[in-house]
Amino acid sequence: MSERLATEVCIVGGGLVGCATALALARRRTPCVLVERERCGTHASGVNYGGVRRQGRALEELPLAARARRMWGRLAVLVGHDSEFRPTGHLRLARDAAELAALEQWAAEAARLDVRCEILGPHALAARWPWLGSGLAGGSFCADDGQANPRLTTLLFARAAREQGARILEQKPVTAVERSRRGFRVVIQGGSEIQTRVLVNTAGAWGPAIAALLGEELPGEVIAPNMLVSEPLPYRIEPNLGMAGPGIYLRQVPTGSVIFGGGRGAADLAKARCRPLFSTTLATLAEARRIVPGLASATIIRSWAGIEGRMPDDRPVIGPSARVPGLFHAFGFSGHGFMLAPAVGAVLAELILDGHSSTSLAGLGPARFAQRPAAFA
Amino acid sequence: MSAGATIVVVGAGPAGMAAARVLAEEGLRPMVLDKAARPGGQVWREPVGEGEEPSLPGHDPSQARRARTAFLELARDGRLDWYPSTTVVDLTRDRLWALGASGAVDSTGFDRLILCPGAIERILPVPGWTLPGVYTSGGARTALESLRCFVGRRIAFVGTGPLLYLVAARHVAAGASVVAVADTARLHQALAALPGLAADRSGLALAARCLAALRRAVVPILRGVRAFAVEGRHRVEGLRLETRAGPRELDCDAVAFGFGLVPQLQLLDLLDAPFRFDPESESWLPELDRAGRTPLPGVYVAGDGGRIRGARAAELAGERAALALLEDLGRPVDGPRVARLDRELERQSRFARALGRAFPFPRALEEAIADDTVVCRCEGVTAAALRAASRAFDADEINRAKALTRCGMGRCQGRLCGPSAARILAGARGLDLASVGRLRAQPPVEPLPARARRVEEETAA
Repeated sequence: MSERLATEVCIVGGGLVGCATALALARRRTPCVLVERERCGTHASGVNYGGVRRQGRALEELPLAARARRMWGRLAVLVGHDSEFRPTGHLRLARDAAELAALEQWAAEAARLDVRCEILGPHALAARWPWLGSGLAGGSFCADDGQANPRLTTLLFARAAREQGARILEQKPVTAVERSRRGFRVVIQGGSEIQTRVLVNTAGAWGPAIAALLGEELPGEVIAPNMLVSEPLPYRIEPNLGMAGPGIYLRQVPTGSVIFGGGRGAADLAKARCRPLFSTTLATLAEARRIVPGLASATIIRSWAGIEGRMPDDRPVIGPSARVPGLFHAFGFSGHGFMLAPAVGAVLAELILDGHSSTSLAGLGPARFAQRPAAFA
Repeated sequence: MSAGATIVVVGAGPAGMAAARVLAEEGLRPMVLDKAARPGGQVWREPVGEGEEPSLPGHDPSQARRARTAFLELARDGRLDWYPSTTVVDLTRDRLWALGASGAVDSTGFDRLILCPGAIERILPVPGWTLPGVYTSGGARTALESLRCFVGRRIAFVGTGPLLYLVAARHVAAGASVVAVADTARLHQALAALPGLAADRSGLALAARCLAALRRAVVPILRGVRAFAVEGRHRVEGLRLETRAGPRELDCDAVAFGFGLVPQLQLLDLLDAPFRFDPESESWLPELDRAGRTPLPGVYVAGDGGRIRGARAAELAGERAALALLEDLGRPVDGPRVARLDRELERQSRFARALGRAFPFPRALEEAIADDTVVCRCEGVTAAALRAASRAFDADEINRAKALTRCGMGRCQGRLCGPSAARILAGARGLDLASVGRLRAQPPVEPLPARARRVEEETAA
């Protein structure tokens, strides 16, 4: 049955960023409708690794990450349920002196933005976390970082948004978006239409396609991070682990399962399907055995991937469109948006309702890709 | 693995061995993979150790032995490539990954694939079903026929389906003490199915032999069981039944239970093959033509992994799928042979459907699974947790319920709990079973040791 809805804000894409935006707007009593083609959290938002870290991010992301970290600390209150967030710390490991130097440099720069990291040499590392393999040059530990359960988090935000009055439409593919006299007209498969003053593009890997519907050209590629999980092992690996350079990441949940990430699976954007790749899985395991040799005794019972958008500079696009008034973007989180998402929603709500935010988005706006003249006048 | 082989048969039970034989006789030298060390599958499994095999109703060890011997001869003569102890862990449209006997992982490309993954016994979570001493009836059968041991001193059989009676009768014949066969189906259902069962006289005769064996041993056969629970603190101490005549307690130290078989769909699922919900068996089945072709080009399914019809039909289906493959390669096939196979398989299908009507799955019991009963034993998820999640998060799809509750996330990956979890979800939401879907398979479809390396790494090391 086709219907016509009128709203203040229409959010396209029910990933974590879209749901967090819906919640932030609904909390400020702003009428909003979120449209999701599948179900909220189907792709990377619901099946990502679950890292909650500031460490290792581009410095441009740190103001947002700082705000997000404060929100993670009280997320259960915000969304009404435990998202299994635990500040276990995040340990980044260096394989050689150059990587250790890079960790030190990042820690020095981040300290100015209030992120505290502890640099450890190989002996301190081995003494503190004896299950680490030998041959590491050192590491950097950020005690306030942690991890959470991605399977729950997006659903919690969606539920909280709904309870606060946001309308969430699932299994509703958007077939057309066009500008209208009052803002935008969003057409949903089946013929329903949403008339909205503001449009928010949180469509993840499909973000560039949504922007293109309104004549805004933004880059982006699709990725599908490859993840695996083991049967429970005795709980030992408390911190969330990552590498200074490219490589794997892994964490253990208190019930014992170890979650591994690294490399990419295969994704098909047109079919909205992705799958893990076994060659990637084996490469992840090989590196995991070098970093934590005890993991050789684990048994892997499942692997998966999730569709995610990636920008050429590995930083998300967040902010008002450079070309279309009333259009806001927040997509292309390049594999590390889970942690940022609660703050992205809050900041977008401020930008939409107040016209400005206290949190800096410098270096993250869409204008950085708008070098060429507009394709459409 | 040899790079030249382009036809792969997964599974060396009756279906896989028959398919491989047809292909080998055509000179196509298929690769045949099975996770067991010896061919035979579940139903024609080779017994462990030496000595005479016991004489059991409907059990002709010579038939299974002949098939295994012929298969191994083809392997010895180099007419097929046999990979025992090789477990397929992941599969794409043109490549499969398998964990071999050495503990290393290898992969091979293929052009055509015949999947013969067999079936898994359907279970029903009831109070006490996770106690030590509870087995599936198929598990009890494997213990008896391959390991030559009984799962207990006093064994109660409960559930429904022909396998329950067959395994109970074989236990009696082998000298086990069977305290009862408790069936959730009713006699009039079996009687109503008789005309269809007449499609296979030998099948009917086997049923009569099983019943006679049970009667001679004075094993009570309780039909129309309405509910049951396994009792015991640390292991099985008894079985409590609600029968039409009232409650009944059975003194036993082991329970063998099962509710028929369902196809193992995981490998096909990895290929994104289409499935349909079969309302008659209340299970998901792969879409197949009668020869065993899937809608995916070059991918075939034979045996109980496609349609539950038993070992003899599986052997015919294996042959039929291999002939379909030859046809698709443009090779001439014997028309009358194909027609004969199709006729015989159709007859077996009629018999299987009649069996399904004689022993319907007890959906009322599944709908009534108590809140405190553990549904997913790997993750310890109760029926109450599933019901609560479906309400609190508006979950109306089984994979969503999995994400919320962890149901189906453990070692068995939902093979055991999936169907019951779907029923509970459907019941809690007032939806029909088909609409809540099924748990999707994810690689590895069998547990993968994290120490597994690729074969080339092994060689290089």
